[in-house]
Amino acid sequence: MLMSGLMIFNAHPRLYWGEYGANPDPAWLEIGSKGREGYLRVADIRMTTTGTLGLWKDSRGRLNSRAFPDWATIPSTYSLALSRRWHLTFAWLFAVGVGVYGLWSLMNGHFRRDLLPRLSELSPAHLWRDIKRHATLNFPKGAAALSYNTLQKLSYIGVFLMLTVLVLTGLTMSPAVDAIWPWLLDLFGGRQSARSIHFIAAVSMVLFLVVHLLMVLLAGPVNEIRSMITGRFRLREEDSQ
Amino acid sequence: MNYRLGRRGLLRGLAFGAFTALLGCDRAGRSPSFREWVLASGERLAYRLHRLIGSNSLAREYEPSQLSPIFRANGNTTARSADYQAHVSEGFSNWRLKVDGLVKRPGDFSLAQLRAYPARTQITRHDCVEGWSAIGQWTGVPLATLLEEVELRDEARYIVFHCADDFRGRPYYESIDLIDAFHPQTLLAYGMNGGDLPTAHGAPIRLRVERQLGYKHAKFVMRIEAVASLSEIGRGRGGYWEDVGFYDWYAGI
Repeated sequence: MLMSGLMIFNAHPRLYWGEYGANPDPAWLEIGSKGREGYLRVADIRMTTTGTLGLWKDSRGRLNSRAFPDWATIPSTYSLALSRRWHLTFAWLFAVGVGVYGLWSLMNGHFRRDLLPRLSELSPAHLWRDIKRHATLNFPKGAAALSYNTLQKLSYIGVFLMLTVLVLTGLTMSPAVDAIWPWLLDLFGGRQSARSIHFIAAVSMVLFLVVHLLMVLLAGPVNEIRSMITGRFRLREEDSQ
Repeated sequence: MNYRLGRRGLLRGLAFGAFTALLGCDRAGRSPSFREWVLASGERLAYRLHRLIGSNSLAREYEPSQLSPIFRANGNTTARSADYQAHVSEGFSNWRLKVDGLVKRPGDFSLAQLRAYPARTQITRHDCVEGWSAIGQWTGVPLATLLEEVELRDEARYIVFHCADDFRGRPYYESIDLIDAFHPQTLLAYGMNGGDLPTAHGAPIRLRVERQLGYKHAKFVMRIEAVASLSEIGRGRGGYWEDVGFYDWYAGI
């Protein structure tokens, strides 16, 4: 979904707020190239990104001026039509998956029991302690390791929210769905706003994934992944005393 | 020790998995059967669902204050044929829209005749497949009015729009189903933003089919044909971009 989405972005590497937005209108984010320089501009901040964004060499060494490079997109050579097909076909699996997971977790109490932070956990002191523990890679031990800590709870709730936003903003970009459910346009402030939010949500999911994978690796990947799939989490001998 | 090996193994496994998956995606995308049977299923599902739950839904109409200051002209901004250029220089006074195919009373319509029908004006959002949008005001005759005039035969299933413009000698055309053809917001537009439709936007008339993406909105329309199947036209996929690229025929998403 991400990589085909980046190829779709390549077709028009500019983002806007509001209902409309095209080349003559001001874009808040733009990836482009000028001369021999690739750049990323967010509002008034312009970063030179030659080699990665805007201007880069493909696997055969040819210079390309598309926004995202070939290793980040599906397909790897420019094709809006094919990337749309990948994206809009797998979007069905994605949306149905998010929907079923959401309904199931609401019904069986997973949200309420495991993910919703308790009031005491949201106190600044508690949050600060949690942040310090994460920053020093001091992972919970013993019984505390069996349930999510507050930062985990907040990020997983955030992730679920982002996944839902990705589905809804995706729907808002469809002119036919807008005709069927015009409230989507009001919810996100217009089609171009929905496109911007879709992009921001996707980037935030990538950032989450990086931190998530890092944490899994640091906390012991074998045990963590086994627990994700089977639900069995082994406490280390010395921890569980 | 075990953990270290596990970690490295995992990293290697992930990298290898991602690499092969990507090669796989590129290869799979090049296979025509995968493209048509697997990757086109999103379009087919969307088309069926949209027709099931919202075939009569109306596209949002906007206020004059929400118009795009500049409406980007996209695709061909004129048609190169001598025939079309002659019509431009004559102010389209000798231009005729031909309506034929599976209709009971095929006919020719001058621009003045089209303008004489009850007109509809709407301010709608134009969404390009590339991702940008522009809001414009369109005035024209509902396609339904014209189709009632010529009366479709029972076998007719699609309406095809033959255009004056071309890409590298291959003429532009598009097609829609009868639900969109008789939709109240589907217009043959001869006016834009209060004036005549500019050449860059498809003069003398362009199609407005508001619940689909920009490439369906055929410009420089010269002939309208009712058909039972799209297979005999062009390469059989229902439109120029559908034929030469892999753009989906249903562009509601």
